[in-house]
Amino acid sequence: MSSENRKYKWVGTRQIRPDGHDKVTGRAKFGSDFSVSGMIHGRVLRSPHAHAVIKSIDTSEAEALNGVKAVITSKDFKDQSSELKAAGEGMINYRDMTRNIMAREKALYDGHAVAAVAATTAEIADAALELIKVDYEVLPHVIDVDEAMKDGAPILHEEMVPSGIEIGGPTNIAKFVEFSLGDTKKGFDEADIIIERSYKTEAVHQGYIEPHAVVASVTEDGQAQIWCCTQGQFQVRAFVAQLLGMPTSSIRVTPSEIGGGFGGKTVVYLEPLATLLSKKSGKPVKMTMTREEVFRASGPTSGGSMTYKIGAKKDGKITAVEGSNKLLAGAFSGAPAGPACMCAVAPYDIKNVYINGYDVVVNRPKVAAYRAPGAPISAFGAESIIDEVAKELGIDPLKIRKLNAAKKGTQAAYGPTFREIGYEETVDIAMGHDHYLAPLGPNQGRGVASGFWFNIGGESSATVNINEDGTAVVISGSPDIGGSRASLALMAAETLGIDYDKVRPIVADTASVGYNFVTGGSRVTFATGLAVVEAAKDAVRQLCERAAKIWEVDAEAVIWDDGHAKPASSNVGDFEPLSLSSLAGQANKTGGPICGHNAQNVQGAGPAFATHICDVEVDPETGNVTVLRYTAIQDVGRAIHPSYVEGQIQGGAAQGIGWALNEEYIYNSKGQLDNPGFLDYRIPVASDLPMIDAVIVEVPNDRHPYGVRGVGEVPIVPPMAAVANAIENATGVRMSALPMSPPRLLAALDQADVKEAAE
Amino acid sequence: MESIQFRKPETVDEAVKLLQGADGDARILAGGTDLLVQLRAHMIDPGVIVDIKSIAETRELTKNDDGSYTIGAAVAGAEAHERDDITADWPGVIEAWDLIGSTQIQGRASLGGNLCNASPAGDSVPAMVAAGMTANIAGPDGRRTLPVEKITAGPGKTNLKKGEFIVSFNLPAKPSNGGDAYLRLIPRTEMDIAVVGCGAALTLDESGTVTSAKISLGAVAATVLVVEDAAKAIIGTKLEPEAMSALDAACQAACNPIDDKRGTVEYRTKVAGVLGRRVVSIAANRAGKN
Repeated sequence: MSSENRKYKWVGTRQIRPDGHDKVTGRAKFGSDFSVSGMIHGRVLRSPHAHAVIKSIDTSEAEALNGVKAVITSKDFKDQSSELKAAGEGMINYRDMTRNIMAREKALYDGHAVAAVAATTAEIADAALELIKVDYEVLPHVIDVDEAMKDGAPILHEEMVPSGIEIGGPTNIAKFVEFSLGDTKKGFDEADIIIERSYKTEAVHQGYIEPHAVVASVTEDGQAQIWCCTQGQFQVRAFVAQLLGMPTSSIRVTPSEIGGGFGGKTVVYLEPLATLLSKKSGKPVKMTMTREEVFRASGPTSGGSMTYKIGAKKDGKITAVEGSNKLLAGAFSGAPAGPACMCAVAPYDIKNVYINGYDVVVNRPKVAAYRAPGAPISAFGAESIIDEVAKELGIDPLKIRKLNAAKKGTQAAYGPTFREIGYEETVDIAMGHDHYLAPLGPNQGRGVASGFWFNIGGESSATVNINEDGTAVVISGSPDIGGSRASLALMAAETLGIDYDKVRPIVADTASVGYNFVTGGSRVTFATGLAVVEAAKDAVRQLCERAAKIWEVDAEAVIWDDGHAKPASSNVGDFEPLSLSSLAGQANKTGGPICGHNAQNVQGAGPAFATHICDVEVDPETGNVTVLRYTAIQDVGRAIHPSYVEGQIQGGAAQGIGWALNEEYIYNSKGQLDNPGFLDYRIPVASDLPMIDAVIVEVPNDRHPYGVRGVGEVPIVPPMAAVANAIENATGVRMSALPMSPPRLLAALDQADVKEAAE
Repeated sequence: MESIQFRKPETVDEAVKLLQGADGDARILAGGTDLLVQLRAHMIDPGVIVDIKSIAETRELTKNDDGSYTIGAAVAGAEAHERDDITADWPGVIEAWDLIGSTQIQGRASLGGNLCNASPAGDSVPAMVAAGMTANIAGPDGRRTLPVEKITAGPGKTNLKKGEFIVSFNLPAKPSNGGDAYLRLIPRTEMDIAVVGCGAALTLDESGTVTSAKISLGAVAATVLVVEDAAKAIIGTKLEPEAMSALDAACQAACNPIDDKRGTVEYRTKVAGVLGRRVVSIAANRAGKN
């Protein structure tokens, strides 16, 4: 819905992305494309057991193998204390982190690293792994979140003390959180209808195509260079510094181009190992995970087990919601239970809400962030039960959402009162969209669902250098995972008043720009964008000063307009405007280089809301589901580069559809992962999906100079419920567990037939 | 980390000698779409790889004077797909062959490889079996011919003797009023392995009564099955609902699948019946249009 009368020259236009040519020609360097001379190769020995005490590790034969240059185990890492330390937005427990990158007392999941080798070739490193003798005492394991919470479940961490809840004795519950608003008892008393249901979702992997990869080189004087694919070079620096006891100033991390992250590359796996192997061997060490290692040992997002209870008046007004979200964390605490609770019913103005959450450890790889962590899980429950209420009351599912929609001034159950938000607009557009009005054929159904995500700001630093020819370089420290360089360049061009193709944006290493928190939380175009705009304004201020010097007037008497310094009024004097390039060309005579800077902890992220419409056709004889049509409507604040905003919306919806229909971890009876590859871990392929129609709604965020809200995460929140609601609409069968794969759906359809026949 | 010998013979005899004289595991390379994947995944460690693509006979697709076809064991799916004659005569065989992998893989994927990889889920195999194809085998004792269904012995195993390899296949002339079809079930639309595959070939008389039929199921047992009871259930019928139910039941009864990550016993069995009905309907429709 971009306005026809354009307010901006560059913001909102669809320019070719600065990294586009390199990516389509294959020139772009991703993590494993990087090499340095003299480099050797590192490989990791991983536990074949889901849960086992490591009684001893004998590396002597591996060390003796010709070509092996270094072998490391957890003994080579100093232990860390169990306290939360700040790292950007998050709090990190380094005791857990050092145990996750290299198992210490116990191996806690199939694929857990137990040793690593660096050798002159990858083949020798592989052969050396086979020579390492690990004496395991295999323990009973637990994979399922509900099982892990039962009395008598195998305990992962005997010493773990849960936070937020008192439990006598050892437990797998790491944390309990709760949020409440109003009085749910009163709310249910007011209700004409009350529904209570249980739901379950599978843990799912981010499915980035590029595996984790790193080259680390530590020199004799202790200076480390790390090249890796990451969503946060500054996080890698901080984590490696802490885990290896090195000063931050001795570590320089350069991020590569990144082949997908979705949150999963905000943590470290190989980087500390490669750095330590390099330190020990004196040679640069390259490590790349295989796809199998990515699945077995890198973090998915949580699976969840939920109950939701909802009360509503006959007219559709929701009077109360209670929910409980039990989220599996993998081997170490950190499931996004809090966000799951906070996001579940955030699109709605509900006066009485109580939602709690559990963070539960199980014998799986530790979870990592994945697009709107926690929100898609709880939203599957909440948006499914709202659909059921609408059906029960005979109200259109979008109308019930509009009736209960949160607006400016609504207090969310998790605390804050919303400022300008665009949720209701997304519902209004959905209701009038031709997709919502289109007829359906036999075995076809339509579902809708909404979603919320906070978005974040955080630390960003940027530099805008004005070059002598009137071009500009924008230096940021945020790895570009969704077209952010194009967006930053557009905002810089707009602010400076020069053409987009005169602005070259780069992503710098940790030594070349100030601190930047990770690319995550849908923050880069918002927060780093804000820093870039402020840095560009700083450059503009300097340009105005230079013009003032030339004109011999006060700096305050000069304004910047359309790329030119101009006198603020005719009182200042009769001066010809000076262009950016003319000022840049004489910068040496007027005071030297012109460099704008900005660094801040950006506040004021605007929340994102989305409403999705999904049509499916169900094959009643096989349980196969075909997604026929999909429309995703989202408030984006302002689309700086609409193509990449649409790309984010389409990507999130596609991943959500995969989560809904086919993605799952299949563990065997020993707790070993049975499908560590894309053949049997079924993310959607292109032919599985229709073209996803992204509809951009623009309700600007008043705390960003161009109105930006984060866009990358909320599009994965509605799809699971939208697909489930569509399947229910097509078949009359409500699926309360994911994935809704053909065997599971056929079993549910057959069961419904049997039930119907019996009645 | 033993080195692998790579050989590229230009005659059948030379290939047989190489295979016969090989120490340890000898592997035949046609398209390589399974072999190279298995090598990279360290699933196999062959002593010798014999590339048969320089043997002219393995690369030719010929329509013979009697209307039958000789298909070289290393002919790629993309080559067959571009041929109007075979595509019109045996659409089921071509569709099944075309399902092996993506467009890029189609430039390499061969019937010989798909069969001798001996996966119970190989897509081309049920269609080849239903069509009545036979394999022309060369070996130390000369040539012999076997029906396609006799080639595999179990997952990853064939009945070929040491030194033997498949040079080509014979695909019979299309019978008048004949039609064939292949369907598979996968949870996705592409890039997947059949949970169940079903091939059918049949002939009709002028009244629309089924006069002959051959039905084959993949991925529901250790080897591809020929389901004779399913054929019996429809021969002599006009595919009335009762005949189709009997066919469905016969397909289900023939199944002896495993529970694994790709499907449960219950699901595979049920879907075998569904695909049996659907594939026979398509084949009959094609036969009726002749």
